[in-house]
Amino acid sequence: MIEFRQVTKTYPDGTPAVQDFSLIVPSHTTTVLLGSSGCGKTTLLRMVNRMVDPSSGAVLIDDEDVSDAEPVALRRRIGYVMQHSGLLPHRRVIDNIATVPRLNGASRADSRARGYELMEIVGLDASLGTRYPGQLSGGQQQRVGVARGLAADPNILLMDEPFGAVDPLVRVELQRELSRVQADLKKTIIFVTHDIDEALTLGDQIVVLKAGGEVAAAGTPAELVQNQQDDFVSRFLGLDSGRRSLTAATADDGGWLISDAQGRPLGVVDSQPDGVQPGGGQPGGAQFNGAKPDSVRADPVQHP
Amino acid sequence: MTWVLDNLPRIGELTLAHLALSLPAVIIAFVLSIPLAWGANRVRVLREPVLTGTGLLYAVPSLPLFILLPALIGTSVRDPLNVVIALSIFGLALMVRSAAEALDAVTDDVRTSATAIGFSGVGRFFTVELPLAGPALLAGVRVVCVSSISLVSVSAVLGVSSLGSLFTDGFARNIIGSIVAGILMTVVLALICDLLLVLAGRMLMPWQQPSRRRRPLPARAREVSA
Repeated sequence: MIEFRQVTKTYPDGTPAVQDFSLIVPSHTTTVLLGSSGCGKTTLLRMVNRMVDPSSGAVLIDDEDVSDAEPVALRRRIGYVMQHSGLLPHRRVIDNIATVPRLNGASRADSRARGYELMEIVGLDASLGTRYPGQLSGGQQQRVGVARGLAADPNILLMDEPFGAVDPLVRVELQRELSRVQADLKKTIIFVTHDIDEALTLGDQIVVLKAGGEVAAAGTPAELVQNQQDDFVSRFLGLDSGRRSLTAATADDGGWLISDAQGRPLGVVDSQPDGVQPGGGQPGGAQFNGAKPDSVRADPVQHP
Repeated sequence: MTWVLDNLPRIGELTLAHLALSLPAVIIAFVLSIPLAWGANRVRVLREPVLTGTGLLYAVPSLPLFILLPALIGTSVRDPLNVVIALSIFGLALMVRSAAEALDAVTDDVRTSATAIGFSGVGRFFTVELPLAGPALLAGVRVVCVSSISLVSVSAVLGVSSLGSLFTDGFARNIIGSIVAGILMTVVLALICDLLLVLAGRMLMPWQQPSRRRRPLPARAREVSA
């Protein structure tokens, strides 16, 4: 369990990055910090491994204050994955993955063996091990980044917009892969993103942040989409623009075509959504054939 | 040409002397430039004064420096040490700015990520920043190397033997072959050293070679094969 206890961070020039932020991140789950750039989400993430020290308040891992831990040792037992992968360009893929075990004092052979194990876990062909990061595609580099984050078998994985720089198709694939890996490994993940669909796909818990690290809303993906007490959250989730207000109409080849409030088609369902009359115009909440079921939750409240 | 053939042993001897004067200077300049550059980058207010200051050393005329040094460090005028020290100073003048810029060009992404995964400050410098600055450092060393090899020749005027001696002797005794050999050998030596540096760079920094891609066939060849 990771606990943020009333943390505040003010940078030396006086800019407040985060103010009085408190949060509990349960073990073995994924917590997404969701917000626009400048909301302090990366600052919060970096407080966990002491890349940033809070000006006041404390961050605790399993009830131990991280400020009592030696930063370098602390970082070696927490996985970190960042945007643009952050791989070391001058080391081969396998040595990149093996970096942290090596830093922890494992032998080169053991570290590499562990590296190849991880390449398999994240879906990378072992033949890529001897390449340099610059010779891989963006998606492959991010997989290496994830593998490296997992190499020392940390309990905690910090992910700072890890899939932010890859194209949408690859991103969806990487998200799916991460979900699969997480289902097996059950790490405590803090995942920072500004992509709402990504948050809904990956988060067990989502925390929507306003500027200054103010919590606009927190809850499970379903709770967030269903209860919109806050204009900011509605706007951020796209609820106000009707992106998640769904309408159903009979599709050409049978089944039901689901569209959002603007008439943008989202997917097709086989069975008739509850309470929907032929001819459409009513919201539905049924299972979709579409690619991203999490992102097309219906919102009956908003629709007329 | 006959002069050259008759004097091959002497040319060889002078080439070695030339190398013995210039190579230590290149190495000293390189080794000293790294901590200076690191410090200059680290303490931002000192960066420009240090870089400009060392850069200005290059403006010191070489001949007076060769003559001044013995007085300063108590060596005899013909001591090769003077030459090595003077060349190290010139090399440093060129190298410090290159090194500072090379180290500064390591991206924040890599630095941040190295810190985040648990490199200590010192470990990060030697195993991440220094190697990544390698290509730009090499570019600086190549300039210093060629420049030193060419500058060494001046020492001949002082009576310290180098390939420059072929040049001064040739002038004094009016032997064209000697003059030409002196110039050519200096150029050839500089080229060979430069080439060796490039090869060493390829061996030490294999990551920066473009991946072996299959180049598209030239247009004509494609037509033929089609």
